[in-house]
Amino acid sequence: MNPAVSLRRIGLPRLLVHLSVLLICLLWLVPTFGLLVTSFREPQQIASSGWWTALTGSSQTSAVRLADAATARQGGANFIISGSVFTEGQQGQVQSFGTRVAAPSEFPAGQTADLGEGESLTVNEDGSYTYIKNAPFGGDRGKRIYLTTATPPSFTTENYRTVLTSQGIGQSFINSLTVAIPSTIIPILISAFAAYALSWMEFPGRGLIIALIIGLMVVPLQMSLIPLLKMYNDVGAFFGLPSRSYVGVWLAHSAFGMPLAIYLLRNYIAGLPKEIIESARVDGASDFEIFLKIVLPLSFPALASFSIFQFLWTWNDLLVAMVFLGTGKDQLVLTGALNALLGSMGGKWEILSASAFVTIIVPIAVFFGLQRYLVRGLLAGSVKGG
Amino acid sequence: MISQLVSAVGVVIAGVFVCALYYWFSDKLLQLVFPVREGDVRGASINLNRRAAVRPWLFLGPALILLGVYLVYPVIATFILSFYDRSGTAFVGAANYSWAVSDAQFRQSILNNILWLAVVPAACTFFGLVIAVLTDRIWWGNIAKSLIFMPMAISFVGASVIWKFVYEYRGGKETQIGLLNAIVQFFGGDPQVWISMPFWNNFFLMVILIWIQTGFAMVILSAALRGIPEETVEAAVIDGANGWQIFWKIMVPQVWGTIAVVWTTITILVLKVFDIVLTMTNGQWNTMVLANLMFDWMFRGGGDSGRAAVVALVIMAAVTPIMIWNIRQANQESGGR
Repeated sequence: MNPAVSLRRIGLPRLLVHLSVLLICLLWLVPTFGLLVTSFREPQQIASSGWWTALTGSSQTSAVRLADAATARQGGANFIISGSVFTEGQQGQVQSFGTRVAAPSEFPAGQTADLGEGESLTVNEDGSYTYIKNAPFGGDRGKRIYLTTATPPSFTTENYRTVLTSQGIGQSFINSLTVAIPSTIIPILISAFAAYALSWMEFPGRGLIIALIIGLMVVPLQMSLIPLLKMYNDVGAFFGLPSRSYVGVWLAHSAFGMPLAIYLLRNYIAGLPKEIIESARVDGASDFEIFLKIVLPLSFPALASFSIFQFLWTWNDLLVAMVFLGTGKDQLVLTGALNALLGSMGGKWEILSASAFVTIIVPIAVFFGLQRYLVRGLLAGSVKGG
Repeated sequence: MISQLVSAVGVVIAGVFVCALYYWFSDKLLQLVFPVREGDVRGASINLNRRAAVRPWLFLGPALILLGVYLVYPVIATFILSFYDRSGTAFVGAANYSWAVSDAQFRQSILNNILWLAVVPAACTFFGLVIAVLTDRIWWGNIAKSLIFMPMAISFVGASVIWKFVYEYRGGKETQIGLLNAIVQFFGGDPQVWISMPFWNNFFLMVILIWIQTGFAMVILSAALRGIPEETVEAAVIDGANGWQIFWKIMVPQVWGTIAVVWTTITILVLKVFDIVLTMTNGQWNTMVLANLMFDWMFRGGGDSGRAAVVALVIMAAVTPIMIWNIRQANQESGGR
C-alpha cells in the first residue's frame, strides 16, 4: 500500500480533495482555454465582449437610425414607417430597445412603446419594426433608437487562415521545423558515443570530464552569446558567408543541449548490465560494434527522453534563434514571429491568439503523445533547468 | 517553403551519415595505424593497448570539440571581454564593472532578479508538493497531473501571449475582455493596467513562470513521495498523527533531497529568464532582469560587448554555487558506486 493511501484513511474529507484539485485544474486550464476560444471568434466579437460570453452568445447595445420620413406610408389616419433594424446579412436577436440614451433598454422586444405625441414604436425580436404616428413625420433624418441585441455564438476558422497565409506564420512554421529537427538529431549521435566512452571505457581523465560536463549543464546560455556572435561574424567574414545561418543555429543548439544529453545517456548506458557488454567483448566484438549493435538499441528509452526535451527546447527557444538566425521576416522562427506580432499587432487578439495556437500545437502534440518518456527523462536528469 | 524543409531533412540524413562515417572510419584508421599481426605477440599486445588508449578520445572527440567551442571557450572569452571596451578592442580595466555598480538599471535588474529568485522557486515547489500530495489521493489524479504539467510544453512566448490576454486592459467605458479585469469589475473594483503597475507588475510576470514550472515540480516530487517507505507513514498513523502532521513531519523530511533538486533547478531557470520579460514588457516599467539587460546591451546602439559581458558574468556568478554543489553531489554518488 502506498503512503498516500494510508494517509487517506485518516485524512481530510475526500470531497474537499476532489474539489480543490478540480479548482487547481480549472485555474491552470482557463488561461489557455480562453485564448483557444478567442482564436475561433470573429474579430469584432473579440473586441466587444469577453471570451467567456462566446459560448452563450453575446449581447451588445448599439444605436441605429430608423428609416427617414420620406419612406413613410399612410394607413388610415396614421403614418407608418416600417423596416428592419438590421442591415442586410446581419444576424441577431433584439432583446430590448429604447429611445433615450439614458434608458437604452427601456422596452422589451415585441412590446409596443408609447412615445407620446401620438407616436408608438414596436421592435420585434427578428429586428422588424413599425413606427406609427397620427400625423405626418417631420425631420430629414430617421429617428435614433437604441438596441440591445443578442448575437448567437458563432465560430470561424478565418483567423487561422489569415495568420497562416498573410502574417508569415506559415513560413515561420517551416523555419521552426528547419531549426528543430536537425538540432534534435545531431546531438543524439554525438553524445551517445561520448556517453558510451564515459561509461564503458577506461582512460585517464574520465572523472574530470564527467565533472566538467555536469558543471557545464548549468552554465547560462548568456555566457556564450557574445564570444560566439563575434566568432560567427569572423568566420563568416573569412569565408565570405553570411554570419547568420541555419548551420550556426544547429551547431549552437546541439552544443547547448549536449551536457544534458551526455549526462542523461551516461546515467542510462552505465546502468546497462555488465554481463552483456563483457560477453560481447569476449566474443571479439569491437567497441564500435558493441555500441552500434547492443548499446544503441538498448538505450532507446533514454534516447527518446532526450530527444523530446531537445525538441521542445529548440522549438520553444527564442533567444538562440534571435541571436544566431536574426530577426528578418524570412528567418523568424515561430516564437520570434509571435514576439514580433505582439509588438506590431498589440490589440489584435484574433491574430495573436491564432498565431499562438499555431506555435503551441506541435509541442502540445509531442507532449501528450510522448508524456511517458518526458517524465522518465525529467526524473533521470532533474539537475538541469530548461 | 517545402524545399526548405526537404533540405533540412536532407541535412539531417547527411549529418547522421557523416557522423556515422566519422566513427566508423576513425575506428578503421586506428586498426590500420596500430596493426595486429599474427605471430608477433608482443607487438600485437602493445598495439592493442595503444588502440584501447586512443579509442575513447575518438569516441569523445566530436562532443569535446563542440563543448569546448560553444561552452568552455565562451566562458573564458566573456570573462576577458568584460575588461575591454564596447567593441572588444581596447583594454579598459574595471571600467565596465564600475559602470555596473553605478547604473540604476543594473541595480534595478539585480533587485528584480532577487525578487524572482525569492518567489518563483518557492511558489513552484510549494504548489508542486501540494498538488502532488492531493492528486495521489484521487482516482483521476493522473489526468489532473497531465493538465497541470501541460504548460511545460508551451513556449515562454506562447505562455506570455496567453497571460497577456488574461491581463488585457481596455480604457474608458469599453467592455473589459481580459479575464482578470472582468473579475475585478465583477466584484466592483476598477480595472487596472496590470503590467505597467510598478513593483507589482513583477509578480504578474512571475505568475507566468510559476504556471509553467509547477508541473515540473509536481512530477518530480510526486515520484519522490511514492518512494517513501509505507511503514513510516503507517507507524505514524498508529501513533495517532493526523494528516497535517504526517505531511509535515513524515513526508516532507523524507523528500527533502528532492525538494532541494527541484528548488535549484528552478533557480537556475529563473536566473536565465528572458523570453517572458521580453514579450510582456521588454523591461519597461521597472521589470528589467539581468538576462534581458544583457541582451539589451548586446545590441543596443550597435552593442557594447564589455558591459553585456559583465552582466553575463553576474548571472554566471549566481549559478556557480549550484554548479559546485552539483559536481560534489555527482562525485559522492560515483564514489559510492
